[in-house]
Amino acid sequence: MSLPARIITLVVAFLAVTAVGAFVVLHYLLGGPATVDYAAGVTPNTGATVNVVMQEDPQTTVGSKPDWVTYFIRNPTTGAWVHTTLFQVPAGSRVDMTVFGFDGCTPLRNPVWGQVTGTIGNVEYVDGKPYHVLDSWGGCNVGHTFSIPGINLNVPMASPGLLQAAKPGLCATSPCTPGPGTPYRVMTFSFYTPHIDGQYFWQCRIPCGGGFLTGFGGPMQTIGFMTGNMDVVS
Amino acid sequence: MAIETQPEKAHGGGDAAPAGPRRQRPWWMRPAIHTAIAGAVIGYLLGHLLGNFLVASNVSTEYPNIALSDSSDVPIVLGYAFGTVGWLAGLGVFNDLVRQVLGRPVPAEAEEEAAGAGLARYFRFSLDHKVVGIQYLIGMIIYFCTAGLFAMAIRAELLSPTYHLFSSSAYIEIVGEHGTMMMMLMTSVVLGPFGNYLVPIMIGSKRVAFPRIEALSFWLTPVAFLVLLSGLTLGGFPFGWTGYAPLSIQSTVGADSYAFAFGLMGISIIMAGFNIVVTVICYRAPGMRWSRLPIFVWAMLTTAFMMVLAAPVLVGGMYMMLTDRTAQTAFFVDQLGGSSYLYENLFWFFGHPEVYILALPGFGIVSELIPVFCRKPLFGYKVAAAGMVGVTLLSFFVWQHHLFVSGINPDMRPVFMFTTELISVPTGFIYLVAIGTFWKAKIRFTVPMLFALGMYFNFLIGGITGVFLSDVPADTTEHGSFFVLAHFHYTIMGGLIFAFMAACYYWLPKMMGVRLNQALGKIHFWTMFLFFNSTFLPLFAVGMAGQPRRVFEYARNLETLNDWVSISSFLLGGSILIFVINFVWSTVIARVPEVGNPWRSRGLEWQVSSPPPPGNFAHVPVVLSNPYEYGTPGAPPVADLNPPTGVVSAAYAAVAETAGAEA
Amino acid sequence: MAADAPAPAPAGAADGPNHGLRIFMLWLVLALAADLVIWFVWGPHLPPGAMSSSAANQQFDIKVMAVMAAPVMLFVLVFFGYSLIVWRQREGDEEDGPPIHGNTRVQATWITLSSVLVLALFTFGTVELVTANGAGAGEGASPIWKPGGSPLQVQVIAQQWEFTYRYPQFGGFETADLVLPTGQWVEFHVTSLDVIHSFWAYQLGVKADANPGADNVAYTKINDTGTITVRCAELCGLWHGAMFDYGTAVSAAGFESWAKATRIRLAAVTRLLPPYALTYDPTVIPQINKAMVAAGITGAAGLYYPPTDPVQP
Repeated sequence: MSLPARIITLVVAFLAVTAVGAFVVLHYLLGGPATVDYAAGVTPNTGATVNVVMQEDPQTTVGSKPDWVTYFIRNPTTGAWVHTTLFQVPAGSRVDMTVFGFDGCTPLRNPVWGQVTGTIGNVEYVDGKPYHVLDSWGGCNVGHTFSIPGINLNVPMASPGLLQAAKPGLCATSPCTPGPGTPYRVMTFSFYTPHIDGQYFWQCRIPCGGGFLTGFGGPMQTIGFMTGNMDVVS
Repeated sequence: MAIETQPEKAHGGGDAAPAGPRRQRPWWMRPAIHTAIAGAVIGYLLGHLLGNFLVASNVSTEYPNIALSDSSDVPIVLGYAFGTVGWLAGLGVFNDLVRQVLGRPVPAEAEEEAAGAGLARYFRFSLDHKVVGIQYLIGMIIYFCTAGLFAMAIRAELLSPTYHLFSSSAYIEIVGEHGTMMMMLMTSVVLGPFGNYLVPIMIGSKRVAFPRIEALSFWLTPVAFLVLLSGLTLGGFPFGWTGYAPLSIQSTVGADSYAFAFGLMGISIIMAGFNIVVTVICYRAPGMRWSRLPIFVWAMLTTAFMMVLAAPVLVGGMYMMLTDRTAQTAFFVDQLGGSSYLYENLFWFFGHPEVYILALPGFGIVSELIPVFCRKPLFGYKVAAAGMVGVTLLSFFVWQHHLFVSGINPDMRPVFMFTTELISVPTGFIYLVAIGTFWKAKIRFTVPMLFALGMYFNFLIGGITGVFLSDVPADTTEHGSFFVLAHFHYTIMGGLIFAFMAACYYWLPKMMGVRLNQALGKIHFWTMFLFFNSTFLPLFAVGMAGQPRRVFEYARNLETLNDWVSISSFLLGGSILIFVINFVWSTVIARVPEVGNPWRSRGLEWQVSSPPPPGNFAHVPVVLSNPYEYGTPGAPPVADLNPPTGVVSAAYAAVAETAGAEA
Repeated sequence: MAADAPAPAPAGAADGPNHGLRIFMLWLVLALAADLVIWFVWGPHLPPGAMSSSAANQQFDIKVMAVMAAPVMLFVLVFFGYSLIVWRQREGDEEDGPPIHGNTRVQATWITLSSVLVLALFTFGTVELVTANGAGAGEGASPIWKPGGSPLQVQVIAQQWEFTYRYPQFGGFETADLVLPTGQWVEFHVTSLDVIHSFWAYQLGVKADANPGADNVAYTKINDTGTITVRCAELCGLWHGAMFDYGTAVSAAGFESWAKATRIRLAAVTRLLPPYALTYDPTVIPQINKAMVAAGITGAAGLYYPPTDPVQP
């Protein structure tokens, strides 16, 4: 090949490779679910209160993983349910969290996580009643947990009982809407966010990854489903 | 109507004579990389559909949605398998096999080669070992640079202990891709290009023993590379290059890309090694005694032995991982009767010889180069060869040093501490050889020599820190930390890759007939040496200070060190870019011819033209002396390239006679 | 073929300076200086510190090995540096060097010396491992180097992605806080509930892999109070990088009071825990949960295969 032909081939090849590389980086490596911002308009380190609302569902009918359990987070401004597990809260504030539990029950791999820790009063309210410990092995009690190891927060999520799960049956679409015919439990608890910035991962401790070894694969290890980040910003 | 009784061959071309040259079909109709890609795509689709069918018909009622989701392993594994077969079929790998099964004539290799000249043959399934060598060289550079980009992404993430550039899932995918791509593909980084190209010429042979197996070993590498990269589209794999079960059994579909790619590469490694072993043993020219074999060929031979003996264990382990993930076996699942320890031992039984497969070619290259640039014989040739053989033998007896704290039988740990420390003795022989060769030498600081010296310096640090790791109490703190990481980057990148660069600058004139720009080469060396050390030397301290491997959060007081390392690594990437620019510029654009013996080497490969003619030698040479006889005025030339007729056949007759007499 | 050329005798070559002697002297000075710096200046500050018996033991090991490694490295570097300066090819000199193929004495000395060094290192390492009761490394389920008496038992349960600790001698309560007493041997039993983790207590010099269904024992004796950094040292999935924690070493009396208070505080949860065992199979679930699984109203329940597939434990 002549010199100009060689140079043109080189340039074209270089551009093609760069384009593919950029696409891979931007789409697969830097992409991801959105972060729901609860810190907007709130001054950090003033003891302000934010209300974070989430739900956990037995199926994910958005996307291509129908048999995966998932969390949704409600956008504070629009009120819409966002399929994400990333949210942002202001530093040095109080978080009042409400979680709608639509998923059925599974026993904990390690029952120590049935204890509520890290919340104000080390208590959580399930349908208004206070609990310090939930026994996941003694009955159909616990569906998931919401745990932030970095601040020693661990809150088991109660599940609809056996009878409700059998009839009328668990919610089969996502996001679920609380209402008659859809069994659910409401968990409320509060905790304080740390005073300095940081990214704190949160996870579920119930082995709810159906079909995966030890139940901890799949959604349990995929951001946007049963694990995510709480960004503390100031 | 008359029944045609002419032989099939006559239908092949317009030429009536059956022995005439075959008519050339146009380039796009002959099997090459484009037909391979088409075959791969068709194969993948077939496999994926078959997998969907199998899952849908067999999955239990409990999880009916698995078939509908993209979390099912069987279609992906079958897709990869069929895609690989389609790729090979598209390349024409099976053509000769099918011809033989059907009883049709198989075109002779010499005809094949004459038929394809120019650039196109590098995109085909070529049976010429020189073409395969160049294909490997380009491939290896591409794989190295891709994996290097992942490495720079890792260091970009580690710039801050708290601010995260990538999500943790993207980060762990990147870590796994970098490690796996480097470890599986760089296994053949020297044997592939330089072993395949140079070993036959260095031993005076016109060909390798198994050209088809050699070419197949190359053409499996792009598949392995692309399958591994495709893992990113599947969500990647969160377990690094070691793939410990049960995490690897627990993972989503990205893990299948890891297991399949690594297993496939294992097959490629076995084939490449097998070919080299048989070639060196059986195809040496008359007079090429073991004591005259170039030290580089010794390194290739011992490396190839390790490849053939260790890689099957890897392929087995990956196969077991795949069946655990798809066919519901339980090799590595402890609650169903298997054991996670089984995987650890299987993996490291391969994994340890693997790292010596990475180290030995580097030894061979530098030991081959220093006599040329010291103008002295290689000091202690027998010691050097014995060292390589010793490393090969011992490398199979040290693998448990990766498992000192894992809960293995505690009695075994002093045993493996001993064998690991013992292997440092033959490893140290290359330094003895270098020291003896440098004594009173005439050292020329050419670019290849600079890289060889860099290799010695880096491997010294890497090797000595390996001794620290072999001591069980010290290993308790160092295992799984950045200390180990710095150690193996020093030995693998500082040793092997520096030697690879030396080999590139040294042998590129021979292989391509052009020279790499020497000024740019010196810049490349000094920047690479400086930034390599500035990247990895602080990591020993980082590891000792308590930072484990593969983490994205670390102690705040280590931020300065990590930042220094990250910036250095970006600059190191820049120096590799200089190499790539030099390589591309010199081979594609500038093409400054270098056809003689620019290094004034006595090696047999330098006695033929650059690049060598088809068939390497006009006549099979008779080897007269070893290639390191510098400084002896009356030394015979390394070989007689035009032996008088009858010498070779007489030599063979003499051998047959003695064999007959003994029988 | 390896003709022995005239040995490059270090003592008195008739032609030119005595290279061997020069190299030796240069090396001697540098090696002595390096060793003194390593032993006296660096030594007390070497990782992982001396907070526990195993950490101090490892620090000593690293110090000794550094002192042995420095002269070896310096020898190679000094020789290389010297030869690259003194024996470079001068401008215009196209001649070859002397044809030295080998020197049996030099080769034999090298092989002997390196073998002796290796044997010494091996003996040293084994002695250090045995006398330090395993030097903080995980010894598996049947440790052979253990202290006498009755050490404090601490079970480290690794799970994705946090460590919890059980104290069987205090009723088997389980907590995510690691508190340990000084002045007493501690026996760690490290196990995992899911994948392979590794318990690395940096200041204690303890590292033991946590394998599911396996018990890995490590020993240490803590000398000083202070903070302990605990990190997971084996890639265990998505949040491996965030799997770290801080423990504390307190006085023996402080530990006793903490253990008693925690036992009472966690009594409600301790009732829910499975009985203390050296390994746990979390897939052994009680009947009512089996019924839930069979009715299809649960998640994975820790099982791999759906219940309708054959062969369930």
